[in-house]
Amino acid sequence: MKILVNGAWREIEHVNLQALLRELGYENRTLATALNASFVPQTARATTTLKEGDRLEIVVPMQGG
Amino acid sequence: MLKCYDVELGSRLLLGTARYPSPAILSEAIKTSRAAVVTVSLRRELGSGRDRREGEAFWTLIREAGVRVLPNTAGCHSAKEAITTAQMAREVFGTHWIKLEVIGEADTLQPDVFELVEAARVLSDEGFAVFPYTTEDLVVADKLVNAGCRVLMPWGAPIGSGRGLNNVFGLRALRAHFPDVPLIVDAGLGVPSHAAHAMELGCDAVLINTAVAQAADPVAMALAFAEAVAAGRRAYLAGPMEPRDMAVPSTPVLGKAFLS
Repeated sequence: MKILVNGAWREIEHVNLQALLRELGYENRTLATALNASFVPQTARATTTLKEGDRLEIVVPMQGG
Repeated sequence: MLKCYDVELGSRLLLGTARYPSPAILSEAIKTSRAAVVTVSLRRELGSGRDRREGEAFWTLIREAGVRVLPNTAGCHSAKEAITTAQMAREVFGTHWIKLEVIGEADTLQPDVFELVEAARVLSDEGFAVFPYTTEDLVVADKLVNAGCRVLMPWGAPIGSGRGLNNVFGLRALRAHFPDVPLIVDAGLGVPSHAAHAMELGCDAVLINTAVAQAADPVAMALAFAEAVAAGRRAYLAGPMEPRDMAVPSTPVLGKAFLS
């Protein structure tokens, strides 16, 4: 299945958000997620299912003004 | 002491963390500035694979600095985008403080005040402590306060421009109109005298990023800004004289020897 991860199309194995984050190498990382422009809290990742064409954003702490 | 959302801040200088030559210089600049608050953001991590560690390294540096963080919604162009970013920031940084930026114009990075007020209302209702990046417009400021903002962050000049205070009259009016709302001048300050000027007008604090980060010596510039902010604050409390158009001799005229 293909979804957009941070603006790039990716073929993914896992449709569960928590499992996908692990698949993408984000396990135990400080990050936040948004699915189709809506915030998905950490507590909801395990119960969030992705579907074809979804837009997933994964963001991390960064420098800012 | 400056109080924002019931938190006492030990410094009237807030420091941005972007555009420094290196993480070590950023770390040193934070220390030297004695800033009590630094701004941070949320971004996608560049690169791929499991070796991505840029965000983690930055977050460790900030935690070690022992300062309070103020996450921003930089680059957002709509209320919805800013609200989602704020929600993500609250989870990642563990703070309900948010510097709310909704950009409306690409050349000046001027805030879209209509979207800003809308986002401020939603976020305040969700329990956020909103620090809105706004213009010096009194009516907008009034709407932001009514939306739940207990701090205002008027711009000095466009972000990163280093022009100083573009509208001194507007900032004075804002100060007079909102005597009890902390005013933090955000954006556009280029040199320490700009910061001192903002403080002399009675603004409560300033937020500096580019002027420190892009200085030839950011650490030395951080100290210069800290001193300027302290001097400007002292001057405001001391009550500056009123300017006038005509000269007034400072040396007494009475008693001058008659020599012509």
